[in-house]
Amino acid sequence: MSEWSQALSRHVAAEGGAAPTISGNRGLQIEEALLFEQDSPGRSGVDLPEPPPVKTRLGGLERQGAIGLPGLSEPQIVRHYTRLSQKNYAIDAGLYPLGSCTMKHNPRLNEKMARLPGFADLHPLQPESTVPGALELIGTLAHWLKTLTGMPAVALSPAAGAHGELCGLMTIRAALTARGDARKRILVPESAHGTNPATAAACGYTVEAIPANAKGTENQGRVDLAALKAKLGSDVAALMLTNPNTCGLFEDEILDIAAAVHAAGAFFYCDGANFNAIVGRVRPADLGIDALHINLHKTFSTPHGGGGPGSGPVVLAAELAPYAPLPWVVHGPNGFELVEHAGGSAQHTIGRLKGFHGQMGMFVRALTYMMSHGADGLRQVAEDAVLNANYLRVKLQDALSVAFPGICMHEVLFDDAFLKDTGVTPLDFAKALIDEGYHPMTMYFPLVVHGALLIEPTETESKASLDQFVDVLRGLAQRARGGDAENFRSAPRFTPRRRLDETAAARKPVLRWRPDTEHREAAE
Amino acid sequence: MTLRFTKDHEWVRQEGDIAVVGITDYAQEQLGDVVYVELPEAGRQVEQGKEAAVVESAKAASEVYAPVSGEVVEVNDVIAGEPAKVNEDAMGEGWFMKIRLSDPQQLDALMDEAAYQAFVAEQH
Amino acid sequence: MRYLPLTDSDRRDMLAAIGAPSIDALFADVPPAARRDGLVDLPLAAGELDVERRISAMAAKNIAAGSVPFFIGGGVYRHHVPAAVDHLIQRGEFLTSYTPYQPEISQGTLQYLFEFQTQVALLTGMDVANASLYDGATACAEAVAMANRVTRRNKAVLSGGLHPHYRSVCETYAKFAGNLLAAQDPAPGGGEDLAALLDGDTACVVVQNPDFYGEIRDYSALARLCHDRGALLVVVVTEILSLGAIKPPGEMDADIVAAEGQSFGNALNFGGPHVGLFATREKLVRQMPGRLVGQTADAEGRRGWVLTLSTREQHIRREKATSNICTNAGLCALAFTIHLSLLGESGLTGLARLNHAAAAIAAERLSAVPGVRLVNSSFFNEFAVRLPKPAAPVVEALAGKGILAGVPVSRFYPERGDLADLLLVAATETVTSDDIDRLARGLAEVLR
Repeated sequence: MSEWSQALSRHVAAEGGAAPTISGNRGLQIEEALLFEQDSPGRSGVDLPEPPPVKTRLGGLERQGAIGLPGLSEPQIVRHYTRLSQKNYAIDAGLYPLGSCTMKHNPRLNEKMARLPGFADLHPLQPESTVPGALELIGTLAHWLKTLTGMPAVALSPAAGAHGELCGLMTIRAALTARGDARKRILVPESAHGTNPATAAACGYTVEAIPANAKGTENQGRVDLAALKAKLGSDVAALMLTNPNTCGLFEDEILDIAAAVHAAGAFFYCDGANFNAIVGRVRPADLGIDALHINLHKTFSTPHGGGGPGSGPVVLAAELAPYAPLPWVVHGPNGFELVEHAGGSAQHTIGRLKGFHGQMGMFVRALTYMMSHGADGLRQVAEDAVLNANYLRVKLQDALSVAFPGICMHEVLFDDAFLKDTGVTPLDFAKALIDEGYHPMTMYFPLVVHGALLIEPTETESKASLDQFVDVLRGLAQRARGGDAENFRSAPRFTPRRRLDETAAARKPVLRWRPDTEHREAAE
Repeated sequence: MTLRFTKDHEWVRQEGDIAVVGITDYAQEQLGDVVYVELPEAGRQVEQGKEAAVVESAKAASEVYAPVSGEVVEVNDVIAGEPAKVNEDAMGEGWFMKIRLSDPQQLDALMDEAAYQAFVAEQH
Repeated sequence: MRYLPLTDSDRRDMLAAIGAPSIDALFADVPPAARRDGLVDLPLAAGELDVERRISAMAAKNIAAGSVPFFIGGGVYRHHVPAAVDHLIQRGEFLTSYTPYQPEISQGTLQYLFEFQTQVALLTGMDVANASLYDGATACAEAVAMANRVTRRNKAVLSGGLHPHYRSVCETYAKFAGNLLAAQDPAPGGGEDLAALLDGDTACVVVQNPDFYGEIRDYSALARLCHDRGALLVVVVTEILSLGAIKPPGEMDADIVAAEGQSFGNALNFGGPHVGLFATREKLVRQMPGRLVGQTADAEGRRGWVLTLSTREQHIRREKATSNICTNAGLCALAFTIHLSLLGESGLTGLARLNHAAAAIAAERLSAVPGVRLVNSSFFNEFAVRLPKPAAPVVEALAGKGILAGVPVSRFYPERGDLADLLLVAATETVTSDDIDRLARGLAEVLR
C-alpha cells in the first residue's frame, strides 16, 4: 500500500469505518459483485430458437474451448446494472460545475427522435434512394451549424472533439501543402487543453506554447499578443486557440490575433469547446477563424453517456473546404447526395477519418435540440450561461480567490490562494464537495494558475440551484480557513467508495477479471 | 566522490569514469508516489540536457534529463520492478542509470550540494 | 423556453447582483465589429410537438431495415437487441453522467467498463483490452500507430481483405503522421502473399478475419513470420459476433486486435455512433491508446475501480501522448456489455450458430440462382457472390421491389471494373426463410 493510503486507512479506522451492516450494504447503496462472480454455466438472459441443421462452412476454424463469459438471467442483469447506475452521479441528479465540459441538461425528446426506426434502423450502405430523409437531416444540421458560425462549409464525420481537431489540422496542412508552403510549427496557448498539442503532434507538427498575460497586467489571462507576434513566422502553420479561453475569458484582441496569424500566412484554428458562451450572439467567422470544431456533446446537449459517444463536426473557411474529409453530404438537383469518393468537387479531400458517415445518432439529437431552441432560444442559452457564471463569480469572490477579477464568460476560474496555509489542497476541497452532493469542478486545469478550480454552471441551472451551490462553497471555504484540514483529507465519507488508491492501480495494473485471482475485501 | 545537481533536480555521482544518475529527494517529493519508470536501453548514447528517462506518478509524467553526455552502461532494474524505491531512497537505491562519461568536465559546471539546496529554497 | 430555468425576474435580480446594467455589458469583450444585435437567420424556438413533426417527417422518408427483407453487412450488422438493453442505457445515471474522473461517484461506470474490458479480452483471446475507441476503423488506425511506437519502425502492410473504409482511415492517418503504408489490392477469393512483403522495416501486418468478403483464415503462420522479423500482427474483426463461432485472434498469436463492436447492443444508426474495440498483450499495455479502467481498493479496503495508466493520455502527456483521444464510446460500450451479459456464453454461441445457419442457407439458395456463383470457401454470416452482370444496378432494382439485397462491392471500389459484379450478402438471426426466398426469387427475376 502506498503511504497515502496507509495514512487514510488509519484515519478511517479511527473513525470506526467498518461497515455497520451484515450485508455490507448501506440502505439504498447496494454492493454488487462482478458479472463473472455470478456465473451459472448454461444460463442465459435470452431465449433463442434452435438453428436449422446445416453443413458448417467455417473453414475448419471452429472456436474450441470455453470463452469464459458468464451466464445470468434477465432479472439478474437488470438488477446488476440498476445497482451499478445507483453508484453514479449524473446531470439528472445534480449540478456538474465542470469548466469547459458544458454539462447541460440532456433533453429526452432528443432520445425519442434518435430512436425513430427511420433513423436508428438505417444501414449506412443502403442505396441512397432509400434514405433521402437521413441525408436531409444531415444537410439540415449542416445548414444550422454553418449559419450559427457564419462559415461556408462543415465536415461532419469526426467522432469527437479531439477527432475534430485532427480533422481541422489535417485540412490546414493539406491547404499549405497545396500552396507549396509546408510549415512545421503549431502555436498553442499555455492554457490549452491537452488534446491540442497531442493532436498537433499526431499531425506531424511540433508544438510551441504562447504565454498568457500575467495576472494584474492589462488583458490578464488572455494570449500575450506581443509574444504571439514574436513567435509567428514563415514556419508557423497555425495558431490553435480556444475562445472564450480556458480561463473563461473572451480573447478581446482576437481580431488583431487573427490579422497577425493571417499576415504570417498561417491559419487560425479555434477549439470550440466553449462555444456555449457565444452561440447565437457571435459568429466565429466574424472573428477571423478558419476552422472550428464544435462538440455536439457540449454546446448541443447530446448526452455525455459516462464518457461518450461524442461528435465533433468542424466548420471550415472557404480555403479549407476543398480538403474536408469524406463523406460529403451535398445538395444536388435531386436533393441531398452522399459523396463517398475522392474526385470531381471532392478531388482534394484529405480522405476518410472514420468508417461510414459519422455520428448520425448524435446528429439527430443535436438537430432536435437546435430546432427546439431556435435562433432566439440559442441566443438566450449563451446569455443565461454567461449570466449564471458571472453570478457565481460575484457571489463567491470574497470567499474563494478569483484568478482574473472582472467579467468572465460562461465559466469562472479560481486559484488556490484562498486555501493558503490551511493545509487543504484543491483536491481535498473537491472531495469534500462530493460529500455535499456535488460533482467537483474542474481542478488543476488550466495550468496557467496554481491549483486551478474552473466552474461552468451552464444555462440549465436555476437561480435556486446556484444559490445552494454558493452556500455550500462558501461554507467549505470557511471550514478550510477554520483549520478543519483533517476532515477535508478524509473526504469523501458518504459515497459508495472512499478515496481510492490510484497509485496501487498504476503500479500493478489489474485491467480485467481473472478466474484464478483471489479478490479479497480486506486491505493488504 | 563528487555529488552534483542539475536545475531539473537530477543528481550525479562520479565513480571513476562512470556517472550514477538519479532524481533528487526534492523531486520525488514533488512528484508524489512514483508508479512507473521508463529507462533507456543499455548501450544508448545520451546527451547532456536531453531526455534520457521518464518518471511517472498516477497523475503526471516527468522527463528525466541526462545531466552529462555519454553511453548508458547500466540501468537500475530494481526501480523498474519496484518504482516505490524512487520515493523511499531517491538518493541511493533509487538510482536510474549509469553513464560512461564522454566529457568528465561537464560535471564542473553543475551545482554542488550547497548550491542545490539554495536553489531548492528559492523554489518556494 | 422549457429547457431554460431562469425567469426574467431572476435575470434582473442576477444582473443587479453582478452590477451589470444589461446582459450586453457581460459581452463587452466581444469586438464591436463581431457583435450581432439581431438573431441569426434560422427558425425560432418550437415546442416538442412541432419539433417532433419536423424531425419525424424526415425519418418517414427512409426505408427502415426491419421493414423489408434485409441482407446488408459490409462492416455494420443488423442484430436483434434485447429490450432490456435500451431501457438500462437510458437510466439517467448512465445516460447523463460524465467521464469517471471522480471515481468515488462513478463506480457504476467504472465497474461496467472493467467488465467490458474483461469481456473484450475473453472474446478476442487477448490479455487486456481498453475501455473502447470511436469505432473499428479508427481502432485500426490506432493499432498501426501503436505498432509503429512499439517496433520503432514506420511501415505497415495492409491486407487486401481489409475493409476499404478501415484501409482509407489508415491511409489518412499515415499520410499526416509521415508513415508508410503498403495497402494490397482487394483480394476476393484470396491469393495474396503478405509474408513476402515483410522486411526489416515492417512495423506490422494488418489482416481482417473474417475478411471483407467473409472468408475465414488462420493467421498463426503469418504471426510467426511477423515475429521472426520483429513486426507485429494486427487482426481486425468487423463482425464481433463471429468470435462466438471461430478461432479468435488471440489463439493465432496476434499482437493487437482492432474491432468493431456495433453488433452487440447498438443499432445500425446509419453508421454511427458505434464502438471500437482494442485489445493487446500484457507486455504492450503501456503503449495502448484510449482509456483504461483498473482495479484497486479504497480507504476502507473495499474493492473499487479507477481510470488508470492515465499518463499515456493527452491530458497528461500532451504532445507525447499515445493518442490524442479524449472520449471513448461510453454509452455504446455499455450497450455492448449489457447485450453480451444477457447472451452469456450459451446465448453467444447459440446466436453465432443461428447466424451461420442463416448465411449457409442463403448461400445455398443464391448459388442455385442461374448465373450466381459463391466466391467463398468459408464464411461466418456474410459472403460474396459473383453475378452475371454489374451488382449495383441489380441491388437498385431489388430495392425497387422492396428487398435490400446486400452491398455491391463497387460501392467501395467504383473505379474497379473487375469487382463490379461482386455482391456482399449478410444474413443474421433477423433474416427469415421467407426473406431468403424473396431474395432468391427477386434476384432470379432481375438477372433474367
